[in-house]
Amino acid sequence: MKRAAIPPSTTRFALRRIFSTHHHVIALQYGVLALLAVITGTTLSLFMRFHLAWPNLQLPFWGMIRPEDYLALVTMHGTIMVFFVLTVAPVSVWSNLVLPEQIGARQMSLPWLNACGFWITAAAFAVLVAAFFVPQGAPIGGWTAYPPLSAIAATGPGQGAGMDCWIASIGLFCLGSSCGAINMLVTITRERCKGMTLLRMPLTVWSWYTTAILSTIVFPVLLAAALLLLSDRHFGTHYFVPGGLIVAGKLLRQGGDGSPLLWQHLFWFFGHPEVYIAVLPAMGITSSILANFTRRQPGSYKLMVATTLSIGLLGLIVWGHHMFVSGMNPYAGMAFSLTTIAIALPSTVKVLAWLRTLWNGQTNRGAWRATPMLFTLGFISFFIAGGLTGPILAQPMLDSYLHNTYFVLGHFHLIMGMAVVFSMFAATYYWFPLMTGRLMSERLGQWHFWLSLIGAYAVFLPMHLAGLAGLPRHYAQMSGPTTHFGALQPLQREITYSAFLLGAAQLIFLWNLVRSWDHGIVAKSDPWNATTLEWAPPEWFAENHREVSVAPYVDGDRAVNANSAQWKSEQFPAPHRPPAE
Amino acid sequence: MPATFTPAPVEVEKKHTGTGGRPPVDRRPTGGGGDGDNWQNREPGKRGPREVLHRYRLGLFFGLAGDLMFFVALVSAFFVRQTAGHFDAREQWINDWRPVLIPPILWLNTLVLLLSSLTIEAARRRLFHEPDVLEEWLGLGRPAARRAMPWVIATLALGSAFLVGQVMAWQQLSQQGAYFGSNPSSHFFYLLTITHAAHLLVGIVALLAAAVGLVVTRKVEVRQILLDTSAWYWHAMGALWIFLFILLVFFQ
Repeated sequence: MKRAAIPPSTTRFALRRIFSTHHHVIALQYGVLALLAVITGTTLSLFMRFHLAWPNLQLPFWGMIRPEDYLALVTMHGTIMVFFVLTVAPVSVWSNLVLPEQIGARQMSLPWLNACGFWITAAAFAVLVAAFFVPQGAPIGGWTAYPPLSAIAATGPGQGAGMDCWIASIGLFCLGSSCGAINMLVTITRERCKGMTLLRMPLTVWSWYTTAILSTIVFPVLLAAALLLLSDRHFGTHYFVPGGLIVAGKLLRQGGDGSPLLWQHLFWFFGHPEVYIAVLPAMGITSSILANFTRRQPGSYKLMVATTLSIGLLGLIVWGHHMFVSGMNPYAGMAFSLTTIAIALPSTVKVLAWLRTLWNGQTNRGAWRATPMLFTLGFISFFIAGGLTGPILAQPMLDSYLHNTYFVLGHFHLIMGMAVVFSMFAATYYWFPLMTGRLMSERLGQWHFWLSLIGAYAVFLPMHLAGLAGLPRHYAQMSGPTTHFGALQPLQREITYSAFLLGAAQLIFLWNLVRSWDHGIVAKSDPWNATTLEWAPPEWFAENHREVSVAPYVDGDRAVNANSAQWKSEQFPAPHRPPAE
Repeated sequence: MPATFTPAPVEVEKKHTGTGGRPPVDRRPTGGGGDGDNWQNREPGKRGPREVLHRYRLGLFFGLAGDLMFFVALVSAFFVRQTAGHFDAREQWINDWRPVLIPPILWLNTLVLLLSSLTIEAARRRLFHEPDVLEEWLGLGRPAARRAMPWVIATLALGSAFLVGQVMAWQQLSQQGAYFGSNPSSHFFYLLTITHAAHLLVGIVALLAAAVGLVVTRKVEVRQILLDTSAWYWHAMGALWIFLFILLVFFQ
């Protein structure tokens, strides 16, 4: 890498570079992992869409997609996307790239643990992909793996070895994420340079702080649940499996008062904070990029910190909104409904703060058209669109109809799939000069943005209509005997065409990424005139004494001086700053 | 009283605690350290001799917090199972939780584990005894490590005795007919104690590494970090055992 140089290794062994503990190398490694995962996950979803639009057509080399094949696609698509794209990319890729620099540190606190975290996560991905190749193939229990389906191998194809691979992968992922989270927490607590008080940290760092706290709390619970499920499958225990079950005409287990609801509670205690783990870093990146391009504070700084923390902490007490129809106590449903609606408040505050930042923001010529800014605006757009359907689903009365319909699919794909992914695109375009010293092509970026935006809305908005019409999730085929849903078939085809458009638009991004890595326009040292410390000259970090005396974001008045040498000299005090041209 | 023991008024005003076994409390910039030194907020690299130790202690703390959540999940499964049941063919609510009687050896094991916490704390404090540490740092032998080693070995012995005692407890239970799969209460007894024993085994491995490190490593800081983190992990496992023990004895 040109800008953020890796210290030269003292040995010539290539292994030392591959197993490096330097956070920039680990960031790239996580980035490669997330790219592989998103390509795999998107391909799986395109197979799903192909089948839904033309249920009777056959895939070349595979043949007919049977219902169990479809369910395997659903399961693996969900698992890969939620864990290996939407957790790895926001939480691990960008934090490893810029977090130490953003707090004025030279390296992470526990670099070896950080590297361990990556390799365990990579192993988890390998084990998960292996599920496709074990006898009977990938599991069919959904990414939520509800028992008894997930606890009994006889319930379906792929629920044998495939399900074991899934559980092993999730267990490894929990361990890897915990390693990364511990490293992040210790780094942010201890490695801040002089003057970098907690209230001077960039909002990205606050989001990673909150995310790491959430990860430390919830990933071990998923690990425990996965181990209990493994025990149910192989050691004859009854944590989640009730007695007297009849599977395929055979009475399976006599005794045991296991509770499938226990799995749901344990899983969703993890599962809901998981989506905040995905979205909080995306929000932090949005705040930072908005501040950069509008040359303003991203809303009141303390307010943004407070909302980040409250979204994170409130996210721990809303998990029951995934279980409104599970048969749990309706009073519990009421409590969870209240907390879920409450969490809409800090989220709305953030959105309004961003809109306030945009209003009358300093728009240097062309700033609006810069690709990172476009994708950030896309994030806000998707967050609003997906977020508005949240309070609808938060009400048990409405959720009893909408649960497990395409309405829910539309909701979370807009707010998790598209919003977080757009924020990841924004981060890629934004920090690309930091990684390579070059800019990605603006023209290709524009094509990528507009095609993706239109494609994504074309795919996911109609799903709300389908859901309101009652179309349920996870069904491989709704045409045929059910005439009511047969009328939705044109909608399914339209969604599929748009999905292929959306997928094709990502090829533009991949081409842009690969091409610009070595042949992009050479960027100046701080192409976006950013104010956060990762853009500081490397010599600044090489000095032993590093001190910060100002907050990271440019304020309204000072925006006028944003490009002047005087302001720059405040942020990067002489003599570390090279003389202004 | 001699003047030595009666602080003069100017001394009292200065709020000096003197050298009665404690470092002087300096609330006024007195010069040494220079330039408005902010002892509480030094930058990384200048935070004193225990900077790296504090980093690892903090990492251990967050790791233990995650581990605690792991046990929270298991204990919540415990409580759910305790009250779970079903309706049988005669519409009667059947709850099959029969509290299992704790093998009496568990009380002895608890005592042994508490003693081991005391011994590892004794070892830890000996490794941080400043005069000995200074000698080690100067290269004049290893008095601190030499004094700590017997206590580490005592902890290893007591920890192993605890694990042996746990195995005996499991054997006693299975002799009474309470197996892993027989009754939910016995099942959870085994689950919680086996999980705790597995964590304690990790602690024993860490202590072994610390003991080997006392002999093999070259930097006194590394020895202190190894033993300190192992000791705090050991204390955490002791506290966790107390919690699990109270759960199994009083909350079945």
